[in-house]
Amino acid sequence: MATVTLSSIAKSFGATRVLGGIDLDIADGEFLTLVGPSGCGKSTMIRIIAGLEHQDGGGVAIGGHSVDHLRPHERRVAMVFQSYALYPHMSVRANIALPLTMSRLKLWQRLPLLRLLSSGRREAMRGIDADVGAVTAQLQLDHLLDRKPAQLSGGQRQRVALGRAMVRNPDVFLMDEPLSNLDAKLRVHMRSELAELHKRLGATFVYVTHDQVEAMTMSDRVAMMDSGSILQLGTPSQLYERPASLKVAQFIGSPAINLLPGIVGAGGRLELFGRPMGLSVGLPPGQPVTLGVRSEALSLVHGETAGAGRGWFSARLRRKENLGSEYILHFDLAGRDAQGATMRTSPAIAAGVHEAAEVALGFDETACHLFAADGERIEPRGPGVATASVVPLRA
Amino acid sequence: MTLALASPALIGPGIRRRHRIERIAGLGFAMPALVLLLLTILAPLAVLVVLSATNYEFGGIDMDWVGFGNFQKALADPIIRRSLLNTLVYVAIVVPGGVFGGLLIAVLVHRRTRSRSLYEVIYFLPVTSTLIAMATVWQFLLHPSLGPINGVLKWLGFAPVAFLSEPTTALATLAVIGIWQLLGFNMILFLAGLTAIPRDLYEAADIDGCSGGIDRFLTITWPLLGPTTMFVLITTMITAFKVFDTVAVMTRGGPVGATEVLLYNIYLEGFQYFHTGYAAALTFVFLAFILVFSAVQTFSLDKKVHY
Repeated sequence: MATVTLSSIAKSFGATRVLGGIDLDIADGEFLTLVGPSGCGKSTMIRIIAGLEHQDGGGVAIGGHSVDHLRPHERRVAMVFQSYALYPHMSVRANIALPLTMSRLKLWQRLPLLRLLSSGRREAMRGIDADVGAVTAQLQLDHLLDRKPAQLSGGQRQRVALGRAMVRNPDVFLMDEPLSNLDAKLRVHMRSELAELHKRLGATFVYVTHDQVEAMTMSDRVAMMDSGSILQLGTPSQLYERPASLKVAQFIGSPAINLLPGIVGAGGRLELFGRPMGLSVGLPPGQPVTLGVRSEALSLVHGETAGAGRGWFSARLRRKENLGSEYILHFDLAGRDAQGATMRTSPAIAAGVHEAAEVALGFDETACHLFAADGERIEPRGPGVATASVVPLRA
Repeated sequence: MTLALASPALIGPGIRRRHRIERIAGLGFAMPALVLLLLTILAPLAVLVVLSATNYEFGGIDMDWVGFGNFQKALADPIIRRSLLNTLVYVAIVVPGGVFGGLLIAVLVHRRTRSRSLYEVIYFLPVTSTLIAMATVWQFLLHPSLGPINGVLKWLGFAPVAFLSEPTTALATLAVIGIWQLLGFNMILFLAGLTAIPRDLYEAADIDGCSGGIDRFLTITWPLLGPTTMFVLITTMITAFKVFDTVAVMTRGGPVGATEVLLYNIYLEGFQYFHTGYAAALTFVFLAFILVFSAVQTFSLDKKVHY
C-alpha cells in the first residue's frame, strides 16, 4: 500500500502542452478520480504515473520513493486499460498468470523447449496456479479459465483485466476509463463492484474517466482537470456544492447546472433580467456575473410574490422528460432564444405544467453559485449568505 | 435450401417470381468470374490432364495413349529426379531466409519513425525491378575477375570464387538472389502485420513485467504475427518452388545440371524438345506440389493461428 505524490509534472507533445506543472498528493488507500473532458491531460497523467510516458519536468514518488528511474513493472503499479488490452492468443488463465510468470520464472525457464530442462519450474507454476485461482475465485471467473478473450463478453473481459491487475498485489491500481466500453446497465453494476473491490483490497486507486457520474459515485476525492491543469480537487460533494469555477460547475452534475446572466448594479447589488436581487458582490457596477443554479434548486413560483431572498425569472416549458421517479422539465427563457433552463421535480408538480405554458421559476439565492467574468467563483457579501466563511477548495 | 424446406402451398406466385429473379441476378454476377476461371484455368487443366496421358509431340498430327507411362518415365529419369531435388534444396534455403529475413527487417524498420519510409523503399526496390535486368547486374557483381564481390574477397586475402560456374555454389547463389528478391515483399507483409498489433498490448506487457526484447517478441509480436507468418510462409514456398527466370537467364541449368530445377526442365521438355505429353505430366507433378502447399495453409495451420 502506498501514497502517490506528483510534484510539478509537466509534459508536452511537440508544441502542444498537455500538462502544465501538476502537483497532487494521493493518500494511501485512497480512491482518487481524475475527471475532465477529452484532451484535458488526465490519461497522460495516469500514464506518467505508470511509467508508460515520461514527464518533461517534475517527479513521481510512490510510497515516498521516487520512481522516475524505474520501468513500469518495477513501480508496483497495475493498470487496467480502456480496451482491456488482453492478450488475444492466451487463455484467461494465461492472461492472468502472465505478470507472475514474468516475475517468478527466469528468462530461460520461459523459453520454449529450454524450459523443459528446468526443475524448479513445475513448483513455481504450481504457486502461480494457486494465486491465479485465488483471484479468479474472487472475480467469479473460475468457469472461464480456458477460454480465449474473443469468447468472452465485455463484462467478463473487464473482470479478466481486473484479475490480471490484482494478481500481482500492486500498491497502486491505475484505471484508464475502464468502464467506457461497457453498456449502460453493466457500467452501473461494475461501478459498485469496483467500489467494493477498492474497499476490500485497501489499495490506492487512481481512476481516469470523462464520466462525472463515475467520478461522483466511486471516489473519495475527485480532481477535475481541464487543459492540463487541475481546476479543483476535493470530495465529490465539495465539487458539487461549492464548484471553484464555472467549468467545474458546468462539468459536474447531471442535468448540467443552469447558468443565468446577472449583472452588477449600483452598490454591488446583483441584477437578474433587470430585477435587483438580495445578493451583493464586491465588483464594480456593470460587470457581468454568471449565476449558477442546480436544476433541483429551481421551483415553480408565482411571479413577484417570490419573497425576500429568492430570485425568479419567467420561462416557457419546451419539453418534459419522464425518468419514472422524477421529471426533468426543459424551459426556454422568455426573450432569449439560445438559453434554456432545466428543472428537476416530482411527477405531481410536473403534471401541473403544460407544454408552452409561461411560468415563473424561483430559487433560493443562497443556493446559487456566482462566477465572475473570468469564470472564477466569487462569494456574495451582505445578507443571506450562510456559508461565506467556507473557503473554496482549489488545487 | 429454404425453398426446398418450405411447403409450396405457402409460397405465392410473387415470392416465387422474386426468387427466380434473384437466382438469375446471382448467376449474372457470378458468370464473368466463372467464364474466366473456366477459360484460363479449368479448361487448360483438363487439356493438361489429357495430354499427360499421351505421347503427343508439339506439331505432331497423331498421338498414342500411354496411360501412366509419362509418370513412370519421369520417376525413372535421373534428370527429373535431380531437378526435383535441386528445387527442394532451393526452397529449403529460400523459405527460411526469405521469411525470417523479412521478419527481422520488418521488426527493425518498424521501430524507425522518420527513416522508416526510406528503408521501406530500399528494401522494396528489388520487388519492383525487372528480374532479367537485375540478373545481368548480379552476373556482373558475381563475375570471377571483374565483379566487385570477388574484388572484396581478393582484397580480404581470399581466393576468388566463381559463384555461378562452380557446381557447389551455383544453386546456393541463385537462392541468395531469390531471397534478395523476396525480402522486400515479405517485409511489407510483416510490417502490415506489425502495424495491426494494438499498442495497448505492448504497454500492458510493459506493466506486467514483460519488457525485455525477447519476452516482448515471444509473448506478443510472434504469436500475433501468426496469421501473417502463415501467409508469408506459404506464398514464399510457392514462389520459391516456381523458380525459373534466374535459372533461365543466368545459368541455364548449369554447371553440369547443378541448377536444373523442375520448372526449367518442364520448359525444356515442352518448348525446346517439344515433348508436350511428357511436359504435361511433369506440370501435373508440379501442380500437385503447389496444391499440397495451399492445402496445408487452408486446412491445418490456418485454424491454429487465428484468434
